[in-house]
Amino acid sequence: MIIEAVTQGSSTVMTILSIFLALVVGGILILFTDPIVTKAWSSFFSDPGNALAQSWDSVSFAYSQMFEGAILNPSTVSAAFHGGSIAAIFYPLSATCAQATPLILTGLSVAIAFRAGLFNIGAAGQWVGGAIVATWLGFGVSLPIVIHVIVCVIGGFVGGAAIGWFVGLLKAKTGAHEVIVTIMLNYVMYDLLSYLLSHPAMLQQPHQTNQIAPFIANDANLPHVGGPAPQAGVGFLIAVAAAAACAWLLSRSTTGFQFRTVGASPSAARSAGINVEKSWIWVMLLAGGLAGLSAATVVQGTNTQLTFNSYGTYGPDGITVALLGRAKPWGTVLAGLLFGALHVGGTYVAGATLNQVPDDIVQVLEGLIVLFVAAPALIRAVFRLRATSGTGMEAAAKGWNG
Amino acid sequence: MTTLTAAVRAPLTADRKWLATGTFAFLGVIDVLIFGLLAHKGDAGFVLSASGTIHIPVIKVPAAAICYVLGALTIAIAALRGTFDLSQTQKRWAIAGVLVFFLVALLCWADAGAIPLNIIGMGQGALASSIPLILGALAGCLSERSGVINIAIEGQLLFGSFTAAIVASAFGGLWVGLVAGSLAGGLVGLLLAVFAITFLMDQIILGVVLNVLALGMTDYLYDRLMAQNPNYNTGVSFGSIRIPGLADIPVIGPIFFDSTIFLYITYVAVIAIQVALFSTRWGLRVRAVGEHPTAADTVGIPVLWIRYRNVILGGLLAGIGGAFLTVGSVGSFNPDISSGFGYIALAALIFGRWTPLGSLAAALLFGFSLELALVLPTVNPVLPPAIMNMAPYVATIIAVAGLVGKVRAPAADGQPYVKA
Repeated sequence: MIIEAVTQGSSTVMTILSIFLALVVGGILILFTDPIVTKAWSSFFSDPGNALAQSWDSVSFAYSQMFEGAILNPSTVSAAFHGGSIAAIFYPLSATCAQATPLILTGLSVAIAFRAGLFNIGAAGQWVGGAIVATWLGFGVSLPIVIHVIVCVIGGFVGGAAIGWFVGLLKAKTGAHEVIVTIMLNYVMYDLLSYLLSHPAMLQQPHQTNQIAPFIANDANLPHVGGPAPQAGVGFLIAVAAAAACAWLLSRSTTGFQFRTVGASPSAARSAGINVEKSWIWVMLLAGGLAGLSAATVVQGTNTQLTFNSYGTYGPDGITVALLGRAKPWGTVLAGLLFGALHVGGTYVAGATLNQVPDDIVQVLEGLIVLFVAAPALIRAVFRLRATSGTGMEAAAKGWNG
Repeated sequence: MTTLTAAVRAPLTADRKWLATGTFAFLGVIDVLIFGLLAHKGDAGFVLSASGTIHIPVIKVPAAAICYVLGALTIAIAALRGTFDLSQTQKRWAIAGVLVFFLVALLCWADAGAIPLNIIGMGQGALASSIPLILGALAGCLSERSGVINIAIEGQLLFGSFTAAIVASAFGGLWVGLVAGSLAGGLVGLLLAVFAITFLMDQIILGVVLNVLALGMTDYLYDRLMAQNPNYNTGVSFGSIRIPGLADIPVIGPIFFDSTIFLYITYVAVIAIQVALFSTRWGLRVRAVGEHPTAADTVGIPVLWIRYRNVILGGLLAGIGGAFLTVGSVGSFNPDISSGFGYIALAALIFGRWTPLGSLAAALLFGFSLELALVLPTVNPVLPPAIMNMAPYVATIIAVAGLVGKVRAPAADGQPYVKA
């Protein structure tokens, strides 16, 4: 069962070892593609010390830059002691939270579907659905202050939920596999967005040739703390609140219990009198809504303007975040924060090294981390740990039929 | 487990018969009401000869009338489907007929009163779009028939296309590039096999992760190597090979027998895998391993070896499909060049019920729709390109929900085998 595979993984220690191993492998990739390092290695036999020193410099510089960009920059701390801004110390952390916000929400979208045994590849399409509604409400409607921002966020939820509900409905009524339907709907939604953003009568900003929507009204923006963009704000609070709501739903409510039972075994759930089809529809509706919320936090928070490229990689990243978070709401929050930090750090290191280390390294690191976390047998072999029985990750896969 | 699932069958949520009838009727009504009524702008024209071959005059047909006739036929098929209990073969013919009628009606509607459509060019384009989908779906078929879920098709295509481009550019050899691309796909297949079969990792997670890794790696290497050194991405590509004799057949020849080596590899692969899987001892063993590995092991079939072999073979094949994306068509590599083709191939595999011929049909339907979306806005500017681009995906959703419904994967697909 995929649920068990995702939820009952290895311990914290294994996760930390996985992150460490991913950094090592990522470091090797940085080395192999650094011309200075490869040159130093070509004269390894005449000057081995130089080769090693250059290698160490290259990798440690890249990773320390990532840390400074995403967590804490020591120079801001010393500046603060000499009369500089104290707030500047927290800018990297705040940027990390801002980047993590949409990732946590798409991560929750994938995670909650996982718990009911569904694989939601469609967070990207649901994201677009939410973004379209939130943007339209943001610039096309004028409402009193405070109410406007709330209406837009709810609109984002509804826009995403509609797409998710459709997936659940098709699965429940016709048996159409959610993996196919969500993949196809992603493309449909991208094309719909492209269409809407090319017509001024729809969502395009007037007198524009690019695919770009008007700025949403000021009173529809989610407030955030000061400092250079991006900065964390109310969006982050929404993400944390959503995680709390999911945690409560899954562990404390009847509906959540039904979701988990359906996820564990649809046939057992059915013989226990649970309406499996209804659970599918509801869980997909919620999953879509969470992805839509993710869109709302982006268009109303960090971007304030929808473009064709706004959807970025929030959908696919949601899958890796949910997997790393083991499909548990609070795990997803932590995983989202880690990936947010990696994204911020990646952008920072690409800027600091004049793109000598492209920020794509982050995607490699993310993939490696999830790969190692999901394969505890490999981590045990690498670090020579003794096998503990029943980590749950092994022999626990589920096919298309279940 | 088996007895339990057999005892508690899912209630039939919707009667397949009425769902199919309804879908057919729906498509027929679209044929008549939308395509037919909107096609009153004149005749639709079709060009059927390529330059330099026997000349066939442009065929002109009254667009609206054709749409009405096809719509009526479709509704008649819907009535047949709803009234009689058709055999499995008859049902498939019904689906094929309805889809073909729908596509012809669509073409007539789109081309009514516009420039004649070049059918030869469309056919060639559709086949070319289908090649990576077919090879990717075959890769999935080989792997999943032996019981290993392959979501990493996208990663195999992407890594194959990158490696083919960089090797062909650096060494100046197209064939070297093709082989290197195939090997790169095989390498992703090997990773999939090692983690899924030896480290017993969840195969759906694994596939997604391998795709993320392949995307990250190729983006990174593109920025680091290709973007800074154009010699690594020169854009060399294969020319087309005319098959003597066959290529001279009117209409069919230029579409099917005047193409790059990749199309011919695809023909061979489809036939070979279909025959091998369903008519040889080799295939019987593969299917046994995919359906009931314990039983297969009991009679002495090496389960793990067959799984390793099939997953890697599939990777090699998907790598060729990836190589097509660079050295087989545009030549140069761009980040994320596979742009979701691997996921579409996966959908084609499921849609085609895990058979090579079924996947072929689904992939062709897809490739044809992709080509339509590309060509139709150029002949008829009224059609918005973005909406036309949706067509293949909407068509797949309608087909999966209305015609195919719940599919059954190989029984042990996705379950690691551990010897008791």
